[in-house]
Amino acid sequence: MIEELRRIVEERLSALDGVVALRRTPEGVAPFVFRKGDDLSELEIAPKYPLMTVVSRLHKAFPDIRLGVVARGCDERAYIEMAKRNQIDPARLSIIGFACTAEEAQECYCATPYPQQLLVGTPPPPGPVNPIVAEYDALPLAERRAFWKRHFSRCIKCYGCRNICPECFCEACAMEDAAWVEPGLLAPPFPVFHLIRAMHMASRCIACRECEHACPAHIPLTVLYDLMRRDMETLVGYLPGTDISAPPPLSVKLDQAPLRMSGVGE
Amino acid sequence: MEYKNTLTTCIYCGCGCGLYVETVDGAITAVWPAKEHAISQGKLCIKGWNATSFVNHPDRLTTPLIRKGGALVEATWDEALTLVAERLMTIKAESGPDSIAVLCSAKCTNEENYLIQKFARAVIGTNNIDHCARL
Repeated sequence: MIEELRRIVEERLSALDGVVALRRTPEGVAPFVFRKGDDLSELEIAPKYPLMTVVSRLHKAFPDIRLGVVARGCDERAYIEMAKRNQIDPARLSIIGFACTAEEAQECYCATPYPQQLLVGTPPPPGPVNPIVAEYDALPLAERRAFWKRHFSRCIKCYGCRNICPECFCEACAMEDAAWVEPGLLAPPFPVFHLIRAMHMASRCIACRECEHACPAHIPLTVLYDLMRRDMETLVGYLPGTDISAPPPLSVKLDQAPLRMSGVGE
Repeated sequence: MEYKNTLTTCIYCGCGCGLYVETVDGAITAVWPAKEHAISQGKLCIKGWNATSFVNHPDRLTTPLIRKGGALVEATWDEALTLVAERLMTIKAESGPDSIAVLCSAKCTNEENYLIQKFARAVIGTNNIDHCARL
């Protein structure tokens, strides 16, 4: 599969300024921009990094640059939510999509482990729902609060969940604003610190799992975001990362939002 | 356009977490955790995530400073090192080697810390050695 990806990248490079992908060197694997003539045997696909953040950075820095990107399903979902918020210019990006393995889909609890623009590989069966979600659903309300309190009390406030997130691109962050989060506390104030991020992720989280992988305290962050995604889909009919033409529901006027009140709290 | 990720080790504590410094045309644009790093395994603390913030900081010292008459005055490395050597020799002669202590740093490599403890023990003649990671 990777040989096929390398071949397509080489082909696309004739018409592009570069292709964003992972590169393996003796030092390890990191994001890279392959240019014409680069050694494509170094192109790698794992461990994954949020490559759309790199695309966004380069699109902003170089207004004329035309890029390709080697993308998994989650990369493409990140692209969809970033493009509609003007973080990536779709006209200057060519997506070279490949399917994750069945093992990766399982490990990531991924419902769509392949991109819509699939060029290489066969879609594996979707991964299972994270079993902690069902455990959480079975808890009474008071214990749900205790569940999060227990996990968030381990937080060392590294901001890694925010920093690694392809959908976190605000220039000023409420999680650093003393008006919202009292400075100097460890663990950070519960629940406001983590709920700020959860609210901001409501129409953005594309379930790439990067936040949970980056968390030094092993907080099951993706459970929180899976629950937010489920609520967004149930209440508003919006599943981030699926439709580039669907306006983000929290970015439109309230009187235009398709919020259905029935079902709230059910 | 030159895009690079340079693997390095966090300079803050003694854990030695692995991170990439991302640069675009030579300017630092981000820090990425090194996901395959044996110690940090793709995780960083707040210091690692901000490990590059001092690099181009306006408060960063770019030349040695010597306090003269209460004010810090820019000096050359030769002037500064000569002054330090002379003062250490004077203090050792007047008050003995145990009047001097050496504080080394987690920001240095093992080899640099080895050298400074060797300097303390063999050159100055004291076992007064401590480390910022114990503070």
